[in-house]
Amino acid sequence: MYVAVKGGERAIENAHRLLAHERRGDRAVPEVSLSQISEQLSLGVDRVMTEGSLYDRELAALAIKQARGDMIEAIFLLRAFRATLPRFGASEPVDTSQMRVRRRISSTFKDMPGGQILGSTFDYTHRLLDPVLTEESMPEQPVLAEAQPAVMPRVTDILGRDGLIESSPAEDAEQPVGDLTRDALSFPAERDLRLQNLARADEGFLLSLGYSSQRGYGRNHPFAGEIRLGEVEVEFMAEDVGFAVPLGAITLTECQMVNQFKGTDTEAPSFTRGYGLAFGQSERKVMSMALVDRALRARELGEDVVAPSQDEEFVLSHSDNVQATGFVEHLKLPHYVDFQSELGLLRKLRKEFHDANSAPDAMKEAAE
Amino acid sequence: MTSTFLNGQQTRRQAAMAVLVHAATAEIAGHLAALDVPAYEQLREPENGLVMLRGRIGGDGAPFNLGEATVSRAAVRLASGEVGFGYTLGRDRTKAELIALCDALIQTDAFTDAVETKVLAPLRGRIAEDRQQRAAQTAATKVDFYTLVRGEG
Repeated sequence: MYVAVKGGERAIENAHRLLAHERRGDRAVPEVSLSQISEQLSLGVDRVMTEGSLYDRELAALAIKQARGDMIEAIFLLRAFRATLPRFGASEPVDTSQMRVRRRISSTFKDMPGGQILGSTFDYTHRLLDPVLTEESMPEQPVLAEAQPAVMPRVTDILGRDGLIESSPAEDAEQPVGDLTRDALSFPAERDLRLQNLARADEGFLLSLGYSSQRGYGRNHPFAGEIRLGEVEVEFMAEDVGFAVPLGAITLTECQMVNQFKGTDTEAPSFTRGYGLAFGQSERKVMSMALVDRALRARELGEDVVAPSQDEEFVLSHSDNVQATGFVEHLKLPHYVDFQSELGLLRKLRKEFHDANSAPDAMKEAAE
Repeated sequence: MTSTFLNGQQTRRQAAMAVLVHAATAEIAGHLAALDVPAYEQLREPENGLVMLRGRIGGDGAPFNLGEATVSRAAVRLASGEVGFGYTLGRDRTKAELIALCDALIQTDAFTDAVETKVLAPLRGRIAEDRQQRAAQTAATKVDFYTLVRGEG
């Protein structure tokens, strides 16, 4: 039970003013701009958009600035903002096979149509702090090479041609697409809802769960079939216009995890799959998401649910960092009355304990 | 009007929108300034909203909701009656209105060519150049595998 506590208004007002002061930091240091955050801390912006579940770089940068770099607070701000706008509808599903690819790697095939494209990556860097960046610096221009217009089929499409991998679940036009922002999540949850939940889930939570599955808690033998990053076009069926209008492009990262094969008496064995998709360049996120997506298919694939990563109620109920932080941090709110009643009970129990232990010896002897 | 005409016009409008959404507001306005734009009224006040972005399970399967994006939209009507619509990602209502204006103009006989040559063509060129530049940067990071021959020989 919470009680309204009066008398704190001035303290709260002053605390917020102090917050604004602390946020600004040393006033002699130039203030960071939204475009600086968006351009130079871009992966942080991508994470806030992904988990804030709102694609808008400028707003995500603002949230990061306002939250003083506290990512979960920034995600919270973005989620709160989306409640202020009407929803026009849902886009046509994006086609990641038509992505303008800026990075595309596979750990399963060395030579695949379109090739391995590293793009910009931390991979193969030495993870040594770079003293050059302590001062302002201007890096060299990127190297240019002639771009061959190449088709870039997804690795899963290549495997699928030979039936070596299960196909994706087909679209059922009769079936509405589940939306957990409209209807509360209930269990068992179908894969569309699970993926929506995982897409906005805390990266750290999914990373740990994915890692746990690799270490043997619900092992599913994953290969990174393909990870691709780039821009895809978005279209929206606008009723007023009468046709699908182009909205522009968004940056996405996609992970196709290829997992241990499975067959039945009636179906030849084939690889199974896990899928990850996120806004911006979010490679760790989509890999973790794909591992957990595959783990959560245990029920569907007839596997024993023995590990946390396979338990959909556990995973989906605890994956959202805005909900999680709300419940953990609500412990800071006044619980004075709750606590007073606990205190009263504890005092009573302690008194009974002392009374029992200091009873006259005669009582004890009688008992014996 | 025949359905072929309508289809042709729809394709043209979609193609124009597909260029305009990738341009900055100031860019569109700058190119439009070369035209003697006729009077128009707002049919719908430009507004901000959200569109739920969808992906597909496995990239090619059943759809799922990935997350939302901010979107702006507007609708305008020319004095001559043509109605144009503008939709774009982001919260720039002016951009939505300019797209709507271009959409209305390309439906008129008087302006369709001018919009094509003075607005869309230069934007298309600039966008293609940017994409080419990015593609060239990306191409330089493509791995060229070669096999090291090991052993005696």
